[in-house]
Amino acid sequence: MSDTHHDHPPDAPPTHYQRMEIALREILMAKSVFTPDDVRREVEAMEGRSAGTGARLVARAWVDPAFKARLLDDARLGAAEMGIPPGPYRVLVMENTATLHNMIVCTLCSCYPRVLLGLPPAWYKGTAYRSRAVREPRAVLAEFGFALADDVALRVHDSTADMRYMVLPMRPAGTEGWSEEELARLVTRDSLIGVAPALDPQALGRASDAAG
Amino acid sequence: MSAQAFGAADPFAVGAAVRVRLSWPPGHIRTPAYIRGHVGTVAANLGAHPNPEEIAFRRSGQPGSVLYRVRFRQDVVWPDYRGPASDTLDVEIYHHWLEAAGAAR
Repeated sequence: MSDTHHDHPPDAPPTHYQRMEIALREILMAKSVFTPDDVRREVEAMEGRSAGTGARLVARAWVDPAFKARLLDDARLGAAEMGIPPGPYRVLVMENTATLHNMIVCTLCSCYPRVLLGLPPAWYKGTAYRSRAVREPRAVLAEFGFALADDVALRVHDSTADMRYMVLPMRPAGTEGWSEEELARLVTRDSLIGVAPALDPQALGRASDAAG
Repeated sequence: MSAQAFGAADPFAVGAAVRVRLSWPPGHIRTPAYIRGHVGTVAANLGAHPNPEEIAFRRSGQPGSVLYRVRFRQDVVWPDYRGPASDTLDVEIYHHWLEAAGAAR
């Protein structure tokens, strides 16, 4: 599969699988199964997705308990309510609490809820994360700068088969009265994978100060 | 649809102790090697799905197999695990990879 592509320098000669992909794509275009324009549109759509979609779902869940219940019950219906296309896979949303933290990995390949989070980061596809996330997950979290307290149980989800997973991070303190749009800015991609908590509102303030 | 999915008639109940088969067949296998032989408890029944081990070879995937989320204790899977005993690992495993276990530790 595409396991090694992310390690492959862009100007190196194509690998075996890259050659096979190019050959197959060219044959299918020569046979008018699809056009170069179809390929371009599909790639743009794929790259256009981002974790912002997952963040919108989380922000809505934080302000609307009934929506949160529906999202946890069936994420595809929850997404559809917000006009988000459900995608081909069932997505299970795992809620973090004061006593339970969830973290997602796919040890076999790099299964990822692309419809809600966009393309997976390179480290998510790398063998280091994929093996260590199940073997020593707390050490991995520490390397992300996230010291999970020992009185919080850590639950790692290995996405091995037909489900995809997204974490529902805890709403940070000090965000009472915030709008959904403001709250969504606190929800990072990493918090949706579970290798970080949602941003601290003060950190967000500092970031926008620095940017401004 | 042809034959009924593995486990559809008699699925493992949520909470049941199950052992992952200690088996090393060739092919496209979705049961990670590190979890084979371990005992966990069924956390959720995710319904019957076409068998990916068959689909990978362009066969029909029928009969399908019931898919579960099986929960394992990290300190049981990895004897030298560094973290509290409450840490767990959930893995999706198909019915035909599981057998009833006496009791999960």
